[in-house]
Amino acid sequence: METKTMNLTCIRCPMGCSIRVELADGAVTSVTGNTCRRGEEYARTEAVAPVRTVTSTVKARGGVRPVVAVKAVPDVPKQSIFAVMDAIRAAKVCAPVHIGDVLIADVAGTGSNVVASADLAKA
Amino acid sequence: MLYDVIVIGAGVTGCAAAMELTRFDLRVAVLEKEEDVCCGTSKANSAIVHAGFDARPGTNKARFNVLGSKRMPALCRELDVPYRNCGALVLCFDEADRPRLEELLRRGEANGVDVRIVEKDELRALEPNVSDAAVAALYAPTSAIVCPFELTAAMAENAAANGAEFFFDTPVRSIAPFDAGWRVLTDKGPFEAKVVVNAAGLYSGELHNMVSENKLTVTPRKGEYVLLDKKAGGLVSRTIFQVPGPMGKGVLVTPTVHGNLLAGPTAVDVPDPQATNTTQAGIDDLLARARQSVPTLPVFRTITGFAGLRAHVKQEGGTDFILGPVEDAPGFLDAVGIESPGLSAAPAIGEYLAAEAAKYLSAGKNESYRPGREPVYRPNEMPWDQRVEFIKAHPAYGQIICRCEQVSEGEIVAAIHRKPGARSLDGVKRRTRAGMGRCQAGFCSPRVLEILSRELGVPQEELTKSGGASRPIVGFTREGGAEE
Amino acid sequence: MSVHDLIVIGAGPAGLAAAIAAKEAGVDDILVLERDSVPGGILNQCIHNGFGLHTFQEELTGPEYAGRFLKKAEELGIAIRLNTMVLDLSKDKVLTVTSRENGLEQLQAKAVVLAMGCRERPRGALNIPGYRPAGIYSAGTAQRLVNIEGFMPGKEVVILGSGDIGLIMARRMTLEGAHVKCVAELLPYSGGLKRNIVQCLHDYNIPLKLSHTVIDILGRERVEGVTIAQVGPDRKPVPGTEETIPCDTLLLSVGLLPENELSENAGVELSPITGGPVVNESLETGVPGIFACGNVLHVHDLVDYVSEEAGRAGANAARYIRGELTEPGDAVPLRGKNGVRYTVPQSIRPAVMPEEVVVRFRVAEPYYDRYLSVYVDGERISHRKKQIVAPGEMEQFTLRRSQLGPDTREVIFCVEDQ
Repeated sequence: METKTMNLTCIRCPMGCSIRVELADGAVTSVTGNTCRRGEEYARTEAVAPVRTVTSTVKARGGVRPVVAVKAVPDVPKQSIFAVMDAIRAAKVCAPVHIGDVLIADVAGTGSNVVASADLAKA
Repeated sequence: MLYDVIVIGAGVTGCAAAMELTRFDLRVAVLEKEEDVCCGTSKANSAIVHAGFDARPGTNKARFNVLGSKRMPALCRELDVPYRNCGALVLCFDEADRPRLEELLRRGEANGVDVRIVEKDELRALEPNVSDAAVAALYAPTSAIVCPFELTAAMAENAAANGAEFFFDTPVRSIAPFDAGWRVLTDKGPFEAKVVVNAAGLYSGELHNMVSENKLTVTPRKGEYVLLDKKAGGLVSRTIFQVPGPMGKGVLVTPTVHGNLLAGPTAVDVPDPQATNTTQAGIDDLLARARQSVPTLPVFRTITGFAGLRAHVKQEGGTDFILGPVEDAPGFLDAVGIESPGLSAAPAIGEYLAAEAAKYLSAGKNESYRPGREPVYRPNEMPWDQRVEFIKAHPAYGQIICRCEQVSEGEIVAAIHRKPGARSLDGVKRRTRAGMGRCQAGFCSPRVLEILSRELGVPQEELTKSGGASRPIVGFTREGGAEE
Repeated sequence: MSVHDLIVIGAGPAGLAAAIAAKEAGVDDILVLERDSVPGGILNQCIHNGFGLHTFQEELTGPEYAGRFLKKAEELGIAIRLNTMVLDLSKDKVLTVTSRENGLEQLQAKAVVLAMGCRERPRGALNIPGYRPAGIYSAGTAQRLVNIEGFMPGKEVVILGSGDIGLIMARRMTLEGAHVKCVAELLPYSGGLKRNIVQCLHDYNIPLKLSHTVIDILGRERVEGVTIAQVGPDRKPVPGTEETIPCDTLLLSVGLLPENELSENAGVELSPITGGPVVNESLETGVPGIFACGNVLHVHDLVDYVSEEAGRAGANAARYIRGELTEPGDAVPLRGKNGVRYTVPQSIRPAVMPEEVVVRFRVAEPYYDRYLSVYVDGERISHRKKQIVAPGEMEQFTLRRSQLGPDTREVIFCVEDQ
């Protein structure tokens, strides 16, 4: 059996708890150091398949501003961040845009959607 | 196109010369290597209109300083340029230095300047925040402060309104005589004139040497400054000098016309005429010396530091402005070595150079010359009722763009459309003070870029901070750019 | 002169929350003045996530967080005047305001909530030597350019200061294709949140150089490089450690300064430590009827705390307007000692304090395995063990009315070894 220890800093909230994760054959066997359940969730995911929130902007036409803020929901695999950014960079939308509008579905094959995180009025 | 006179350099000297030249019936062009007026020594100095006690009697410095500073109040009124006669004190920290103070007194009297020595008690009464170590001071009530940016811009505007043509981004590469006068080769092609006025500041020696066998060497002398917040502006109410040394007038502490406090300059000769960088050693040195004069100087209120380069000419028997006709180059007029008190002297130097050019060309008066410039509207300075009415009539003056200095969109738009007008962030800043306050353009620079782009019809990514490659924006995050 | 019950200066997170709370507390005539063309303040450009965990129990981006408050303000019919700059505020609560639309006018308020936020410390204030080329931005200005205007301020980036905005912009610029060469931090620790070190720097292999600063800026027209150097315990550069890093951009994240010019005009006393007004339990400044909240009061680490605090300021403004804060009684000073730099509020009047008052404070430097203690007249009423406390993160303590007596003289907040 191959065991491994990982020391992580939780990014789920501003506390930034130091968490220790024990793994055996790639599976989490123990999580310590967290002070809440979200911390444990974070550690379990981070140790085997880390994910991140990606936020950026998408080019918008006909709006009061040239870009609109977006985020990928749910979080995307950490190794897909730049693939998601490529898709975001290539996308174009037309104003008006409303918070929650899905602008890119299944972005870069991650299963996550890129949705608007701000309103953009028509110019 | 054959001009009567080409002025090279659109600093305070060149613009003064251009303005005075348009009083004569002359066709005038001004060539400037930078993108705007007031980009060299004129923009980075102490902004003092010296009373004229410092220069050795009989020198050009003494003569033109005294003439220039006498002319300055009326000129600033005529051109609507901020000017304040705040007076100056030269501190003496040691009884052993008193002979030097007395020497200044004698020089002042010889130059016809109102000066007297004040003893410690009176000094403390005049300026409670100067150092207790000061034993006496020379008091020069006629010393003043001015806005060098607006002075230079205003003289340029007057010159332009009276027919002078301004060419920016036009560095001069060579000057050669031809049968009708001088052929000036620039990056924008050749220009020809019967007379050339060399007001090229740090480069004036180089230009002089293109036409004369009597070579001159201009050494850039760096002066570093620190500008403090308006909250510190009332620390002293007069310009506070120290007894001068061999490198110049020493470090001063002075209020500015806009209510800030300025400390500087250092004086270090440097080889590079573009080395307008500040240095840790320079900042440390100037602050230490400024604290000798004003021990409570609140350095934590610093909003920016900058460095200027003065055109210093090494000559036998002391240094002086080199002004007027060049002996072996007929029709070539010099203004070389215009270091301090160049700003104070500029109006008089301009007048003199214009008179020399007119004499050489036997030019008559320009009967249609008009003094002054287009009005500058500064709502902040208007009485309440007038301000309300003015903003009602001109709503853009009600929209504040620069929060710190409370500069409105109307003022910025007007600065862009003046002639010559602002084309860059710094051009707007010098004319309106937008970006000159305590946040140093953090908030307003994106807005000013937008306004510049809209008013000039130039995409934002092509705009500059101060010409050349100084672009604040290098591209777009998304294809399609600013298209909305 | 038009008269309003409550005028709130600023429609950022603090101003919106204050206005909403005042409205909910029964004040009808509320006017919010905002200098920008859109409400929401700095949140509009904070498009990253991490906002709202306390307030909404979910992670929102800045615009989303602002959007929730805006919606509420709209539902409550709160008037927000945009593109309107307050030029002056007097101690009699007369505001001089200007806008393109309404011109220059004066407004009279019965109560005022200051919610102007803060600004970034500029390069000039640090006296960093060197040239003054294009390409030097405060991190927030760059954030606005990238996230709102869609402009790239540069491609090869060095960041000075590891405050949260600097860290967030390190990631943001990287995602947009820039190369962030390093983040230099003068102090031996980062002022930013730990999670931002992880997800903004570690994730992208951006080096964090602690105890380093920029000692020279190269390039006359556009930034061509910066020289950084290690600093010693005196924070002065250590000779021989200089390193010149070629870059076209220098971002500065070197501190936020509460914007209190208007407060000063009104004669409001400011704390030299926070840079914000000195306030009592009601978040009322020394000028009766002028309240303060959010980053104009003291720089916060989390917007959730801003909203909570601003809600109290708004509710207290409503009490003031109703005449409930007029017989205040004596004030008990709150003081920070032994590692606690400041507290907000700085005093409490037991006679008018509600059941509970949240006291926020920051420590002077990072401490490990220490206790945060609270003393009332020498008697310890709280003793909490903390694995780590850091200047970048605000601490808070809820003081109850029952913990203060009629004769209480002072309350002390401090860091203790045991």
